[in-house]
Amino acid sequence: MAKTNQFFIEREQNKYEVVIGLEVHAQVTSASKLFSSSPTKFGAEPNTQVSLVDAAFPGMLPVINEFCVKQAIKTGIGLKAKINKNSIFDRKNYFYADLPQGYQISQYKYPIIGEGKVILDMVDGQKEIGIERLHLEQDAGKSIHDIDPTNTFVDLNRSGVALMEIVSKPDLRSPDEVNVYIKKLRSIMRYLGTCDGNMQEGSLRADVNVSVRRQGDDNFGTRCEIKNVNSIKFMQMAIIYEANRQVDLIEEGKSIDQETRLFDTKKNETRSMRSKEDAHDYRYFPDPDLLPLEISDEFISQIKDEIPELPDEKKKRFIDKFNLSSYEANILVSDIDTSKYFEEVIKNSDVKLATNWITGELFAVLNEKNLEISESPVSSNNLSKLINLIKDGTISGKIAKTIFEEMIDGDKDPQIIVDQKGLKQESDPKALEELINKVIKNNTSKVEEYKSGKEKLFGFFVGQVMKESKGKGNPQLINKILKEKLNG
Amino acid sequence: MSDITKLSLNELIQNIRNKKLSSKEITNSFIERSEKSKKLNTYVTDNFSSALEAAKIFDEKPNMDLKLPGIPIAVKDLFCTNGVRTTAGSKILNNFIPPYESTVTQSMWDEGAILLGKLNCDEFAMGSSNETSFFGNVQNPIGENLVPGGSSGGSSAALAANLTPVTIGTDTGGSIRQPASFTGTVGLKPTYGSCSRYGIVAFASSLDQAGPMSQNVKDAALLLEVISKFDNKDSTSIDFKRNKYSSQLSNNIKGLKIGIPNEYRVEGMPKEIEDLWKTGIEIIKDCGAEIVDISLPNTKYALPTYYIVAPAEASSNLARYDGVKYGFRSEGENLIDMYEKTRSKGFGEEVKRRILIGTYVLSSGYYDAYYLKAQKVRQLIKKDFDNVYNNVDAILTPSTPSSAFKIGEKTDDPVSMYLNDIFTVPVNLAGLPGISIPAGIDNKGFPLGLQIIGKPFDEQTILNIAYSMEEKINFKNNITDWWM
Repeated sequence: MAKTNQFFIEREQNKYEVVIGLEVHAQVTSASKLFSSSPTKFGAEPNTQVSLVDAAFPGMLPVINEFCVKQAIKTGIGLKAKINKNSIFDRKNYFYADLPQGYQISQYKYPIIGEGKVILDMVDGQKEIGIERLHLEQDAGKSIHDIDPTNTFVDLNRSGVALMEIVSKPDLRSPDEVNVYIKKLRSIMRYLGTCDGNMQEGSLRADVNVSVRRQGDDNFGTRCEIKNVNSIKFMQMAIIYEANRQVDLIEEGKSIDQETRLFDTKKNETRSMRSKEDAHDYRYFPDPDLLPLEISDEFISQIKDEIPELPDEKKKRFIDKFNLSSYEANILVSDIDTSKYFEEVIKNSDVKLATNWITGELFAVLNEKNLEISESPVSSNNLSKLINLIKDGTISGKIAKTIFEEMIDGDKDPQIIVDQKGLKQESDPKALEELINKVIKNNTSKVEEYKSGKEKLFGFFVGQVMKESKGKGNPQLINKILKEKLNG
Repeated sequence: MSDITKLSLNELIQNIRNKKLSSKEITNSFIERSEKSKKLNTYVTDNFSSALEAAKIFDEKPNMDLKLPGIPIAVKDLFCTNGVRTTAGSKILNNFIPPYESTVTQSMWDEGAILLGKLNCDEFAMGSSNETSFFGNVQNPIGENLVPGGSSGGSSAALAANLTPVTIGTDTGGSIRQPASFTGTVGLKPTYGSCSRYGIVAFASSLDQAGPMSQNVKDAALLLEVISKFDNKDSTSIDFKRNKYSSQLSNNIKGLKIGIPNEYRVEGMPKEIEDLWKTGIEIIKDCGAEIVDISLPNTKYALPTYYIVAPAEASSNLARYDGVKYGFRSEGENLIDMYEKTRSKGFGEEVKRRILIGTYVLSSGYYDAYYLKAQKVRQLIKKDFDNVYNNVDAILTPSTPSSAFKIGEKTDDPVSMYLNDIFTVPVNLAGLPGISIPAGIDNKGFPLGLQIIGKPFDEQTILNIAYSMEEKINFKNNITDWWM
């Protein structure tokens, strides 16, 4: 995360602010397509998930999938947005080989969801990003140009898959904000179960609108739209390249053309795809095969009842109820699976320890092994057992780390490891006193030094006692008894 | 029985149920007559051998409870039929065999009917004379070189020539009622949303509606009963309570109020049409119904409105015929070149004209002035009807401003061709039911039709009015079999 929200492009004389708006295309989590009953599973053999409707056979008609509508409304609620009780599906007309109907069914003037907002937690505070609208639309198929030297192959599996296009207001000001914004959107949709947010599988892509203006200017500059960028990293690279390109043009006294551009990930540059003059005339008009979409209050309130606690509310609860820092709470709520894991662990164990163990040891292991928390080698149940062993003094934090290392291999029960390896902490004051006496006896000169004021040596004695206890001595008790002995 | 093909649908059914005729005998008769009538060019694709096969199977285990027991029926080639070529009268679908069945035709087969073949029509149902078909002109059995109307021209001609006992067409701006009027037959366009559009090659989605074409009103009522059904595969299908149209058919229309719209007295309307209308009014009075003068002030805007809305929807609906997935393809240098060649060669002139008009009226900068305005006017036209229906139960008008014209007479003048639909188009724009019944002949001896327009979902009333008028008019088509 960035240390500051401030992001400017500087030249000798001028400082430029970058203005960014995103059109995120999020695939709706749904077993079937937006207007047909074909399945939507990722990675199926080409053209095996295609109905006559998806392939636009003569006389085939679209029928709206109610579940997709519900998912869009859910997402709208998650974005604290206005739900439009009347919306209209339009046809966006253009020819392409992977667009079988010759038009995409989308929503143009009357989207299902209106204005909303997303709160970003930046290091220097919160920032609100406005949502302009969310609408439902069909995905196109896929043209494959590299199988055959002269022919293009078309895979219609994606044709007709439901997408939500989420359009932000031009409120983003830096690549870092874009990063946090996309992650927050993804987080909200994953909490809601409306989009899996999987960018590798193309479930989340964005068109990025970029413009620049001199710091302090009130008016927006001319924007360029970078089409179909499919990772946060590429979005950030594209923004930095594009903003610099625009600044250079201004510095040279040239003007910026409003145009659509493509980001070349290999060359790390954007290049012109089509100018405003060449812009398609999509001839939008209401799809006469579909009636206006009318949503009842009952339907909305039913959906509201299904809305789970979302990241912002969860974060607030974690802070209020568990006394977590904003930073800790953010980490724990940012991903739904992490928050689930955390809440399972703390059902039966200490919150503070759980926070530290999850954000510390567990995250380190997941990072190292490149695993999602849903694939964690240590179950929430066993982690909470481990935490309880620490809490009730059975083991020390240090021993716990050794045990944790072993738990990773096959999700072992920490209690069994403790029993098998005899790692139970020594908390009997008498036994510890014996060990301490032995250490004092063997280090008389050091004891003298300590008593004459070299208090730094206290750590040395603790270490020696620990060593004698083979690491199992209760550190708090050792400290206490040792202090009594040395100072007495 | 030599006159099998002259029997009405209801008579055929009676004969089958009484076991006086078998499905095979009936099917065979229609096939034989169809074979002798190739000159009319009504069939694009015949299904004769499969039909005979199906008739045999029916006869082995006849189910007489079905509404269309073993009845062979040919249908407009706009209905997709599983495994049987469906062309929409276009070169671009010349080789297209659907792996699915339209809901409307399926409903017919489910009631025991047998597919006899696919009937010629204007290309993508765009035309009023069947002259835009890739498969050539259809001859009107009324007279040589006379158009059978359109777009369901193959259907009206086949029906009038007794090549099929009944048929189904589609009506976007008059494509059932106008050809019925030109051939002395009955044609009904149901309320929009009555018959599923699933599996019908789309022309203009907000206007297209399938409907029955028959020799008499009773047959139309029965066929409507079979094909009017709610279908969840069509989002514009409406789930309303359908009547048993045939058994509820009644010739008692006493006390009904029938509106006569002043605005349908168009300039230049032939006197014989005027007279026909007057005769119709007298007959209605005779039947005990009351005549009420009404006004539908926005009627004059109907035709221009239609010729914006229908092409706009068509330009988008026909985008799928691009040579990529099915149908005709002309190879090209690249994708765009392939599109251009495929669509230039695959579509005929009238279809291209309408695609261009439709593309134009939807273009940015023109959308508000044309498409949006047309949609607003469409609402006004609908409101006109809503208003008068507070006072009347149905409306009586002529079906067409003229009788059938000669082949080639209007092909160079699209606007004069479009004027054919002047009385039928407002009904589609308002989504209302309308029926055309033969009501007389002009001085050339060609049939003329009267149209009865009903309230939404009130097909029963217009069928009843048509039924009682039919009795009094006692129209007989003069078919001489000149083509044999």
